[in-house]
Amino acid sequence: MDASAHSATDTHAKSMTGADIVVSCLNEEKVKFVFGYPGGAVLHIYDALYKQNGFKHILVRHEQAAVHAADAYSRATGDVGVALVTSGPGATNAVTGIATAYMDSIPLVVISGQVPVPAIGLDAFQEVDMVGVTRPCVKHNFLVKHVKDIAPTIKKAFFIAKTGRPGPVVVDIPKDITAHVADFIYPKTVEMRSYNPILKGHSGQIKKAVKLLLGAKRPMIYTGGGLVLGNGAAELVKLAKALNFPVTNTLMGLGGYPATDKQFVGMLGMHGTYEANMAMQHCDVLLAVGARFDDRVIGNPKHFGGQKRTIIHIDVDPSSISKRVKVDVPIVGDVQSVLADMNEILAQEENQSTDTADWWSQINEWRGIQSLDYTYSDSVIKPQYVVQKLWEVTKGEAYVTSDVGQHQMWAAQYYKFDKPRRWINSGGLGTMGVGLPYAMGCQFADKHAQVACITGEGSIQMNIQELSTCAQYGLPIKVILLNNRYLGMVRQWQEFFYENRYSESYMDSLPDFVKLAESYGHVGMRITNPADVEGALKEAFDRKDKFVFMDFLTDQTENVFPMVENGKGLSEMVLSPSTASRLKGEE
Amino acid sequence: MRHIISLLMENEAGALSRVAGLFSARGYNIESLTVAVTEDPTLSRMTIVTTGSDDVIEQIIKQLNKLIDVVKVLDLNDGKHIERELMLVKVKATGVHKDEMKRMCDIFRGRIIDVADNSYTIELTGSCSKLDAFIEAIDRSAILETVRTGASGIGRGDRILKV
Repeated sequence: MDASAHSATDTHAKSMTGADIVVSCLNEEKVKFVFGYPGGAVLHIYDALYKQNGFKHILVRHEQAAVHAADAYSRATGDVGVALVTSGPGATNAVTGIATAYMDSIPLVVISGQVPVPAIGLDAFQEVDMVGVTRPCVKHNFLVKHVKDIAPTIKKAFFIAKTGRPGPVVVDIPKDITAHVADFIYPKTVEMRSYNPILKGHSGQIKKAVKLLLGAKRPMIYTGGGLVLGNGAAELVKLAKALNFPVTNTLMGLGGYPATDKQFVGMLGMHGTYEANMAMQHCDVLLAVGARFDDRVIGNPKHFGGQKRTIIHIDVDPSSISKRVKVDVPIVGDVQSVLADMNEILAQEENQSTDTADWWSQINEWRGIQSLDYTYSDSVIKPQYVVQKLWEVTKGEAYVTSDVGQHQMWAAQYYKFDKPRRWINSGGLGTMGVGLPYAMGCQFADKHAQVACITGEGSIQMNIQELSTCAQYGLPIKVILLNNRYLGMVRQWQEFFYENRYSESYMDSLPDFVKLAESYGHVGMRITNPADVEGALKEAFDRKDKFVFMDFLTDQTENVFPMVENGKGLSEMVLSPSTASRLKGEE
Repeated sequence: MRHIISLLMENEAGALSRVAGLFSARGYNIESLTVAVTEDPTLSRMTIVTTGSDDVIEQIIKQLNKLIDVVKVLDLNDGKHIERELMLVKVKATGVHKDEMKRMCDIFRGRIIDVADNSYTIELTGSCSKLDAFIEAIDRSAILETVRTGASGIGRGDRILKV
């Protein structure tokens, strides 16, 4: 271990066991919640945390949920999320959660137990090579082999997790190490010669970017999860307002710019709005902030590249720049700092006005298509309608988590997020089953907040056991189940691309979700009539201290539109049947 | 295009697997990879020979830099450099082969480092293409065994990769 992690100013070391050191480190980091599940290899640590009253341990029902909850806690607060699991199956159960956090760049420290050092490599009971297993899906990982290394390693883990492009860090600690005794010295600072993220953007590049923005005729601002994680939303709003430019957010970036503002053109991408995708495709100067031009966002990269535009890209991770799309003005740095510099340079410009009137009238024409239009029904509940009503009932103030599938897209399209860190979903890995543990993490982050989990009957069953955790801690989460009795997104693709062969996308033998919720002591509601949707939502959110499971039976055949089909260009969208027929009628 | 990438990394357990894992996970080619500790025991020096378009090489360098244990990365192709590889070849040394092998070894400035009843073991260093040329030049049927280390590279003159 690198001795430079120790600070010369540390004094009065106290002798304690490795387990006590682990717990003390977490308290030094001012951790409030540790999500975990005990087991053999972490028994010493569990004994140590029993005897402290710094952080609170949250007992989940499956290690995957522990990591997801820690992940959501981090997304909601900006702090590093912490999970604690045992060796072997406890560790492998955590992997999906770790990979989910990795794909969305969420700062986590996951502490896993390991078999005792002398047993490593001997196929011991509950042994798995956790450092090897997680290597491709962590920012970094450590196997601690000496008790004296525990504190500097945990210090480094937190530092690496939260700086630069954030990400999960695994610290694997063998059981015998947690029983050994050492002096506890928590380093005050970390210095690593191999890791120094660039935070300050290059001033020449920033000046060049501002010049380009001021000269743009068809400008576009495109922001992603990096803007939210980098706490750059306020600076971005300032810049966009000063320039009067249109703004789109990715799925991960929702809330980075207020959705109810007139300059917001909606989410872009595979299920983005018509105006967002058209503006993205046809702009002449594109400012990309903390976004990575991924396959679900720009469609076919050849088609996207076929249109000439100048791209400015701000990102803290140099490897995100020019990865899928060639960039003209790369700016590596912390998004908040770079945007602040841009605002400062812009303020010094004599002529700050931009000529975007023609562009705005073009955008407003695209807006007129009303691509999120759907046909309301008074006989069957439309899933979009439930999300719209949820937005109204919660006044747009709720933390909304989702699982993965059609309901996720409807949540993203119809709930208008005005603030960052309110929309919590698995964008990169697309992990079904995150919704409920994500809601738990949000509720721990803000115990008085309204927390809604928009989910499907497929996804919710992937971590349904967490209903028990919610009961134990009295979490007043509202589950909004859009129950269409199908794996909806799979069904939609099978309808479009597999000639209606619905292979294994229908679920038989669903539980009675109302009774299931009630069996845990929760409130269950079933809503089948569109006229009851709003009232039921109000009733549920009025029950401020209760967990309410709302089973909405929704239209089985509803599809998500607009849609950019796989391999198609961003501007080659399929519109909803109702929008398409309306446009035909207008011709 | 073929590139030789040099890097310095923390001499820690598992560091090699992070680099190898990165190449396999992202589908980059590895023609050869050599690694050993430097004069500073906390640092390892690695030479990777890879192929790819300029865009791919740019990504490889960025991704390598992103690994926490990697201290410095240098694409040796960006300037003048030297590369050397060591090869050990065990060849038949009977009948016509006996003199032929000795002659070829001399031409390529190799050394015979082991002589057995029926075979020679030849040591040869040079660029990868020189080693390839040696294999091409001798009678294939006479080769019993070859071992190659993969290339090590270093910049010329003032091009120094150091912390």
